[in-house]
Amino acid sequence: MSLFLGALTIGLILSLLALGVYMSFRVFKFPDITAEGSVTFGAAVSAVLLVKGFDPGISLLAAFAAGAAAGAITGILHTKCKINELLAGILVMTALYSVNLHVMGKSNIPLVDAKSTSTVAEKLGGWMFGQTTDLNWFGWEVSIRDAGMLIAMFAIVAAAAFILLMFFQTNLGMSIRATGDNPQMIRALGVDVDIMMIVGLAISNGLIALAGALLAQYQGFADVQMGIGMMVWGLASVIIGEALVGSNKQGLVVTGAVMGSVLFRLLVAIALRWGLNPNDLKLITALFVFAALVGPTIGRSLMKKSGNQPSGRTV
Amino acid sequence: MLEITNISKTFHAGSVNEVFALQNVSVTLNDGDFIVIIGTNGSGKSTLLNAVAGSFITDSGKINLSGHDITKWPEHKRASLIGRVFQNPFSGTAPTMTIAENLSLAAKRGKPRGFNWALDKQLQSELRDRIRTLNMGLEDRLGNAIGSLSGGQRQALTLLMASWLKPDLLLLDEHTAALDPKSADQVIRLTKEIIERDHLTTLMVTHSMPQAVHLGNRIIMMHKGQIIHDYKDATRQGVRSEDLLHRFEEVRRREQVDVRVAELLQRMYV
Repeated sequence: MSLFLGALTIGLILSLLALGVYMSFRVFKFPDITAEGSVTFGAAVSAVLLVKGFDPGISLLAAFAAGAAAGAITGILHTKCKINELLAGILVMTALYSVNLHVMGKSNIPLVDAKSTSTVAEKLGGWMFGQTTDLNWFGWEVSIRDAGMLIAMFAIVAAAAFILLMFFQTNLGMSIRATGDNPQMIRALGVDVDIMMIVGLAISNGLIALAGALLAQYQGFADVQMGIGMMVWGLASVIIGEALVGSNKQGLVVTGAVMGSVLFRLLVAIALRWGLNPNDLKLITALFVFAALVGPTIGRSLMKKSGNQPSGRTV
Repeated sequence: MLEITNISKTFHAGSVNEVFALQNVSVTLNDGDFIVIIGTNGSGKSTLLNAVAGSFITDSGKINLSGHDITKWPEHKRASLIGRVFQNPFSGTAPTMTIAENLSLAAKRGKPRGFNWALDKQLQSELRDRIRTLNMGLEDRLGNAIGSLSGGQRQALTLLMASWLKPDLLLLDEHTAALDPKSADQVIRLTKEIIERDHLTTLMVTHSMPQAVHLGNRIIMMHKGQIIHDYKDATRQGVRSEDLLHRFEEVRRREQVDVRVAELLQRMYV
């Protein structure tokens, strides 16, 4: 049961990563690999602040700001310095590796003793369910900490997704969406598309850094390697989410990204339980995204050969 | 008022592909002028429009619009004064966004965009009314993605968007060239209505001689990056499609003579 709850919680935390990837990859069609550095950057900044005794809430805000700064730099490199999208991301990601080591001072910071979000969540759980150490959920033993953490993460993710959707309905949010959809058109309506892209990538990487900070606080340590493969992971979540909701409607796609992240994490937990070698995890994630990218194209060409109308959409 | 003074633009300068797209072009539009620009392929008519819109910065010369020297302004800054409709119906709208969302973007043309709701109650009712004037039944489909509309519907909406906030200058770049004849007629009728209603100062590029003759109060003919004829005031009166075609034929013949003379000289001296 705690395995299931753990998968659920991590799935929720990483759905913030999925939302960030949705923003860069789907809204802007920008494959932003800065994500891999931002996850660690968020974790590092929040971990250092927590060890110094700062409030967990402040550590999360600082993580968001740090990620946003990294995203903005990628945006500036791409729009103002005309560096290719992937390369701009790679440059910032590489630079962040050193920055993260400097911020942390070592390659791993344990958070077991620090007052973090999970400490707060444990208190929340205790307050909600009364002062017992273990709960009984449908006959399963559940620790207060796990239950509190799950509820807290659900609340944070729901709030983040809600705020993001509301933001997309504001004048600024609309301009950001239009920038990804048709830059020529929105430029002709007086919007500086460079600024929109910089702001959008800042928000994207802010969310991703927030995911990194929460992940570090949940698992009890920040590690300089924790960002590796995260972008593909987020992409997989977004793709599963789109398949789940089967729609282009923004509200549904954002909800789908959250659901996709949770489902993907659950599937991975089950696969690991069945004896999947953890070393193969990233290979399988990459293969999954590859299949999701190529699948529709192959499907269409097969359809065409059999004379049917093409359907499905490119990823 | 738009004042274009001696603007020039050379693409790929210094290379074998050098193109003198605009050569010392000067035009002045008074408020309410509706100028139709015609010309052969590659004559620089669309380039002139793009120079005014700010798609590129001109090599020399000056562009003045409504008292602002916009020569060095970037495209998005000029958009506060200029409304635009493109040749490609896909260029003027955001396909995955809804009709209402696209119009909300146009309702803020050239204005700062902050955290206010894009589609507030007032705008929603206003855009329903204004879309109804298109007579296309789109007022009931405000929540549909623009990508699901036909080219004609998209151009009509782009036109509505370009003129939503009354622009100081409206630029129409062969905006009916990619449409079927019926949609083209519809969009042209709409163009005329909107321009007359709001007294918009307009520059329109077209390939269609009937459009050139039936619209606007002045016709400019371009060739090889220069203005070769300007039908205005008295000369604009009574101009027929045949006159324009005849004029084109003349230009073409003169050019053929040039080519033949060049060949002759080459044979004689080289």
